[in-house]
Amino acid sequence: MTNERVLLDPTSESTPMERNLSERPETMNGLTVGLLDISKGRGDIFLNRLEEKLSDIGIKTLRFKKPTFTKPAPVDLRQEIATKCDAVIEALAD
Amino acid sequence: MFERSWTDGLPVVPPTTERVRKMLEGTTRSPDEIIVSVPPNLIECTVEKIAINAVMAGCKPDYLPVVISALETICTEEFNMHGVLATTMSVGPIFVVNGPITRDIGMNSGINVLGHGNRANSTIGRAVQLVIHNVGGGGPGGIDRSTLGHMGKQGFCFSENELSSPWSSLAESRGYNSSQNVVTAFTGEGPRLVMDQKSRTPESLIRTLAEHLISSVSSRVVVGMDAMLVLSPEHASRFHEAGWSKDRFLEEIAEIMMIDTDNIIAGSGGIEEGLPTEMKGMSLPKFKPNGLLLVQAGGPAGLFSAIIGGWLNGPSGSEPVSKEISA
Repeated sequence: MTNERVLLDPTSESTPMERNLSERPETMNGLTVGLLDISKGRGDIFLNRLEEKLSDIGIKTLRFKKPTFTKPAPVDLRQEIATKCDAVIEALAD
Repeated sequence: MFERSWTDGLPVVPPTTERVRKMLEGTTRSPDEIIVSVPPNLIECTVEKIAINAVMAGCKPDYLPVVISALETICTEEFNMHGVLATTMSVGPIFVVNGPITRDIGMNSGINVLGHGNRANSTIGRAVQLVIHNVGGGGPGGIDRSTLGHMGKQGFCFSENELSSPWSSLAESRGYNSSQNVVTAFTGEGPRLVMDQKSRTPESLIRTLAEHLISSVSSRVVVGMDAMLVLSPEHASRFHEAGWSKDRFLEEIAEIMMIDTDNIIAGSGGIEEGLPTEMKGMSLPKFKPNGLLLVQAGGPAGLFSAIIGGWLNGPSGSEPVSKEISA
């Protein structure tokens, strides 16, 4: 007779893959910067201002927008940003 | 188990092999059947994994079919559980159960219906939340970013008092019949009391209810966020006794809740929150058509009802989802 009890694992038994952040660019010269609006109120105001400021110093920008802030960005959008941009700035809002 | 981050902070029942085997007797489904992909990590989840978490939550085996169907409602594109977790708003999944199974497993639709004290009510929602946490990876401080949260996120499930009302139940209003066992999921806040102890006519009481519903989430939010109204037996009787149908109730309350946008434009009343100026001069409904979910429940005495404010509705947010419960 033993008092040992086996507990079954309630988890997914897997660990989500953790990726390291990409290396931060030392300079923005010559880079294409994506500006991602998550579709929350006033995100556009913030990004318009950033676009102006980046443009003033000669940085090329591209604008992107998530269909809704309540869901993760669609795969196609993520791939487009990754393909076309060297860096991305995402605007939260409110 | 707490140290392993398997719990919701409260003690859980250790999921031993014996207890899980017993739990699995509550369903005819195979333990290795994959039921859903659980957000946020979209992990395929078997009946056995659900049973393990149901044991931990304190469920009896005959609750398991309800737990499984409740998970099926929220692991859908329409319900958008990932967004419900990630939002900073204080909302979580709320389950209303209809049908004979509610009597079979002893669910509470009466006194303290939105509170504690009933094993089925207290553990079914908890089991679902443990699956989201343990299988889906959706814990507070991780993907769950709620600023405040609410106690119902520990598990919020109740049944409707459908036998003593002449009105159709929530499930019937959503296309099912009274012999079907149905679980409906709604994204909501904690409940808020509406007191009206003086109204003796439906015309008066409906105005009180509308006045409170208009302030659901924010009196300056219109159309975009819906609500659930839990109408108590004494409040409901004002309408039943006057011969009002449920349709009439919903039509009349929607009319009262047409909002003059001039009063909620940003800056009006000295409040910066509000609609953009270009929306002046409009009349808009507080909730979208059919956006107010009506559930009848509560103890037999007490002139109170409850409002459960919702989250962003429509394809961009979370829609209520109903599912027939299968054994």
